[in-house]
Amino acid sequence: MAVAVVVLARVRNLFAVIVLSGLYSFLMATVLVALDAVDVAMTEASVGAGISTVLLLGALHLCKSEEAKPVHKPWLPLTVSVVCGLLLVYGSLGLPAFSDPFAPIHTHVVPRYLNEGPKETGVPNVVTAVLASYRGYDTLGETTVVFTAGAGVVALLRRRRSRKEQPK
Amino acid sequence: MKRDLILRVVAKVFLPFILVFALYVQFHGDFGPGGGFQAGVIIAAAVVFYALIYGLANARRLVPERVVESMMAAGVLIYAGVGLMGLVLGGNFLDYFVLDRDPVAGQHRGIFWVEVGVAVTVSGVMLKIFYMFADRGRMDE
Repeated sequence: MAVAVVVLARVRNLFAVIVLSGLYSFLMATVLVALDAVDVAMTEASVGAGISTVLLLGALHLCKSEEAKPVHKPWLPLTVSVVCGLLLVYGSLGLPAFSDPFAPIHTHVVPRYLNEGPKETGVPNVVTAVLASYRGYDTLGETTVVFTAGAGVVALLRRRRSRKEQPK
Repeated sequence: MKRDLILRVVAKVFLPFILVFALYVQFHGDFGPGGGFQAGVIIAAAVVFYALIYGLANARRLVPERVVESMMAAGVLIYAGVGLMGLVLGGNFLDYFVLDRDPVAGQHRGIFWVEVGVAVTVSGVMLKIFYMFADRGRMDE
């Protein structure tokens, strides 16, 4: 993954960048499988590596430029991102250890979901139970967000087309 | 890519399996990984695959733009409709326990329809975005 990221930053060919970001998504999906988050891994593989690669290729076809030229010296953005990264790493030192059963997140509602979820919903996959039932409002909101994003794209691209037709 | 015989045949062979896998992900989401979002993306990916091999015009004939647009809205409406059914049957909004005499079966029914709604909206939006992008670039002409 580190190799993929370094090459991503170095390569100027946009086609290679898109393919590499798809590769990165697949590697991320394997990491998520290793973390036992199979649902997220599936989403990452299908959306991150599949659909978004196709959409980026479509966008690349539209802008017809294979090269991105560096305009500025990278030092200021590099410093900002390195400092932000260090701050985040510093913040993560205060988090409870990975898979610590007594971490606050595991003692609030999680025991109830894990113990009662299969009985209350009859759904063995806890992720689905939480997503669709306990957190149904959130998922409704997410679906609406997806719909709104699609509607926004439709509104933006449609208008351009009609404007293009007007001068004719 | 329209004239490439190998790609055309392979695509024809693969498409049903992709769609069956999407349905598996959709309806097996209760028991294994998966669910509406992933299934919607896989369905959209199948149609995108078809469009890449056979051309955008053929994909448009297979899944017309009007169908895609109404899918975008229909999914959200299905989801909200499940919530409203809960209200009508005397529960709270998005309360699945009232959807059946047996609360657990009601939960099952609610989750099933909610996932259907998510899948419909997601695949509709993904396809619409792809159509829009591909249409502007005229990828296949």
